[in-house]
Amino acid sequence: MSTTLAANALAATSTSTGEAVQFWVLGTVAVLGALGTILMRRAVHSALCLGGTMIILAVFYLANGAYFLGMVQIVVYTGAVMMLFLFVLMLVGVTAADTLRETIKGQRWLALLCCLGFAALLLGGIGNASVRGFTGLEEANAAGNVQGLARLIFTDYLFAFEITGALLVTAAVAAMVLTHRERIAGRVSQAEQSRQRVRENVHVPPLPAPGVYARHNAVDIPGLLPDGTPSELTINPTLRGRGQVRDVSGEAMAELAALEQRTEEHLGRDQDPADRTRNGRAGVRNGTAVNGSAKDGSAKDGSKPNADGPASDEPRDPDEPDETGADGGGQESKGQETDGSGEKEKAK
Amino acid sequence: MNPVNYLYLAALLFAIGASGVLVRRNAIVLFMSVELMLNACNLALVTFSRMHGNLDGQIVAFFTMVVAAAEVVVGLAIIVSFFRSRHSASVDDASLMKL
Repeated sequence: MSTTLAANALAATSTSTGEAVQFWVLGTVAVLGALGTILMRRAVHSALCLGGTMIILAVFYLANGAYFLGMVQIVVYTGAVMMLFLFVLMLVGVTAADTLRETIKGQRWLALLCCLGFAALLLGGIGNASVRGFTGLEEANAAGNVQGLARLIFTDYLFAFEITGALLVTAAVAAMVLTHRERIAGRVSQAEQSRQRVRENVHVPPLPAPGVYARHNAVDIPGLLPDGTPSELTINPTLRGRGQVRDVSGEAMAELAALEQRTEEHLGRDQDPADRTRNGRAGVRNGTAVNGSAKDGSAKDGSKPNADGPASDEPRDPDEPDETGADGGGQESKGQETDGSGEKEKAK
Repeated sequence: MNPVNYLYLAALLFAIGASGVLVRRNAIVLFMSVELMLNACNLALVTFSRMHGNLDGQIVAFFTMVVAAAEVVVGLAIIVSFFRSRHSASVDDASLMKL
């Protein structure tokens, strides 16, 4: 960086080729990061894009001879300010995604139009200014960039510097005052919370765990109610807000239907599909009742895999032993085993 | 390459930040767009400092950074207290002076 600066003579008209390459490469990335900041749906992604843009701007400061500001940019902006943003994002919650609903009709397009016009004006203004050469900072930075800045701050700009200090103190106090909450009532203890629950008589036991009665017990899979529909109570609201809930209830029901169909085929019963869907509600009880014959059916299927469609690839039943694990695919059988252990734990 | 290209980049970043302020609804993203605009100004100031060969532009950029830091502290504190009362970080919900 300093060599490129040293190559610039006084009142040069052009920077070195290296700096030009750096500008075009990093400038593109900076604009992309800025666009990502305003276009990303999730605020965390916006913050990360903005952090990248700020680091690139720090590199540009260094290239422009502002060595002190480049370092301050990295330490203060990407280090402190962006981390503060991320802290507040964590406090506010990642569920606070932006709504894309327009409250004022056509406001978005008008805003974009205004900004395009504004950018055109700015760029045109800069383009019209007759800038031929530039002085460069070799002379000003001769005694060192930090020393030069310090001389200016403590002579010409001393008053502004003092006021800046007062501003920072005020800001720190303001932040504390704004976020401080006077605790009017005492903290509610756990015993009081449980008594409150009993008094209100809603959810006296703890909330149901995720994956109860489902085929998986991962936290992002809702537990199933006896009729096979997912239960909202079993899922962490944060996951629901992020849209990271995996619903496998339909899968489980399809597997159950396939299992019943195979069982019936094996037993030689011939039932028309309308009849079967009518009896679908009784599927849970039905499946457990014919469990033993279901095992036989699956063993028969193992000899001719993929005989009847993808859903019947592996009839997964929680209390079925490792038979299907042996003839099923490796990954699937592993899932089966963990399911089985999960079921045993629940049984305990 | 003339350093005036840095000014074009700063103008572009400023315009992008301004459009973010106008388009987005999330208060935190809005604040980030303001930060982007301040950073674009800083880039322009540093470039001016280089073009004119004195360090005053860098001093002003330094003060801008300090003011931006103070602004972020107060602004985020406001967002946190606002979120506590409304359970939302959307600026559309800030339609009342008082709950």
